[in-house]
Amino acid sequence: MNAAKIREKVAFSILGLITLFVVAPILLVILYILKNGIGTVSWEFVTQAPRNGMKEGGIFPAIVGTILLITGTMLFSLPVGVLAAIHLVEYARDNFFTRLIKLSVVNLSGIPSIVYGLFGFTLFVVFLKLGTSILAGSLTLAIMSLPVIITATKEALESVPASFREISFSLGATRWQTVRYCVLPYALPGILTGTVLSLSRAAGETAPILFTVAAFYLPRLPRTVFDQVMALPYHLYVISTQVPNMPLKLSFATAFVLIALVFLMNLVSVILRAHFRKKKLW
Amino acid sequence: MSCYYGSVTVLKEVSIEIHSNEILGIIGPANSGKTTFLRALNRLNFLNTSYAQTGEIFFRSQNIKNISDNILRKKIGIIFALPQVLPVSIFNNVAYGPKVHGITDKETVGQIVEGALKKAYLWDEVKDRLNEPAVKLSGGQQQRLCIARTLAVEPEVILYDEPCSGLDPISTAKVEDAMQQLKQDYTQILVTNNTKQAARVSERCGFFLMGELVEIGETNELFTNPRDKRTDDYITGRFG
Repeated sequence: MNAAKIREKVAFSILGLITLFVVAPILLVILYILKNGIGTVSWEFVTQAPRNGMKEGGIFPAIVGTILLITGTMLFSLPVGVLAAIHLVEYARDNFFTRLIKLSVVNLSGIPSIVYGLFGFTLFVVFLKLGTSILAGSLTLAIMSLPVIITATKEALESVPASFREISFSLGATRWQTVRYCVLPYALPGILTGTVLSLSRAAGETAPILFTVAAFYLPRLPRTVFDQVMALPYHLYVISTQVPNMPLKLSFATAFVLIALVFLMNLVSVILRAHFRKKKLW
Repeated sequence: MSCYYGSVTVLKEVSIEIHSNEILGIIGPANSGKTTFLRALNRLNFLNTSYAQTGEIFFRSQNIKNISDNILRKKIGIIFALPQVLPVSIFNNVAYGPKVHGITDKETVGQIVEGALKKAYLWDEVKDRLNEPAVKLSGGQQQRLCIARTLAVEPEVILYDEPCSGLDPISTAKVEDAMQQLKQDYTQILVTNNTKQAARVSERCGFFLMGELVEIGETNELFTNPRDKRTDDYITGRFG
């Protein structure tokens, strides 16, 4: 082996090792939770309401609450986010105003989630009088997810070759037809990835729901969107820090369910993405 | 007509009259404004926001400013330099135009696609695999597919922007054959870097240099007896 080959080998080994360091903490966290939590997770645990000061029973209301919140978040943030990105990329002229909006979007994604929580509380709960409710919580989470969805959609749209648009325009298609038939279908996998990523994050957030929706203990299920619900991340916070003498295994089991839920969402997006990619022929 | 990109003047007061059913060749070195001229005709230049234009373009004595872009581009189709197909099937590439113009009846679309592919001399090669992805076709086939796609919206004028620059001589010959056959029904404008191609295909020919229309006339005359010395220099290969 000559010197160049050896140098290459060394470089690759170092890069591989660094990659391992990146993956290792994630794997360790997941394995640790899996090991400590899986024993407690049972059919009863995921289908029963908590009993006896939350020390017994299950976490069913929190699972339902989190699923409702994710759904609500998606209903608000997906259409608004995707349409906003379509406007920014395909329609908006490149002027001061547009650049200002783009800059704001980038900066919004860096705002701490507790700020969103307080903002949502002030705007939705107090000012719009929605009360602490699923609606207020979903809206707050939606606002938090918007910047990520907009950015991801924007990048997905921009990565569609300009020639597709040119072909479409040259055949006399209108701008909307061009976007609808020659851009969106090819941007869909990217949009999907960004959306699921931001929804996963929303599913695990505690701060934004703290003042806007989450209930400390509420075993019954919500009837309307103006009801409060329990949610997995907040429940986890509660049983880990707010209730004395709580068995630790319950925390691990709750964390496990939350991670499983997020994982499931990602799995669905991977399958959908693979399905759409089959149509991508360039 | 003059055209600008930002502060750069690309075309300087060009004035051309184009006859119907002719093949007009446009030759000239790179950066002489040929493509800009072509794309001005169906307002594709305006997709670039820094583009500006003075002067008027009339199509069948109607100012193209007063025709909406999608109607204008339906009537004036363009074939790009590199074969650019959409990443869908051969059939759907051709069917896209009729679709955006509101033709949804499957049988009608099928007939239009078949007719367009026949006119572009591609039908025999692809009739058994219309549902295969268009990107699987060879470069020459793709370029003829682009011609078929343009024909499918039933234009009156076809603009070619160096349509054979990426093609081998046999594919080029096929595209040129197609152009000759299309002459009876369409007005065609051919921008090309290949002066020989312009001489072979076109009836009249214009020579662009640095954004100016130096000379325009019968192709035979332009090539055998150019009035301007710069034209002579270019076609005999002394520069460019």
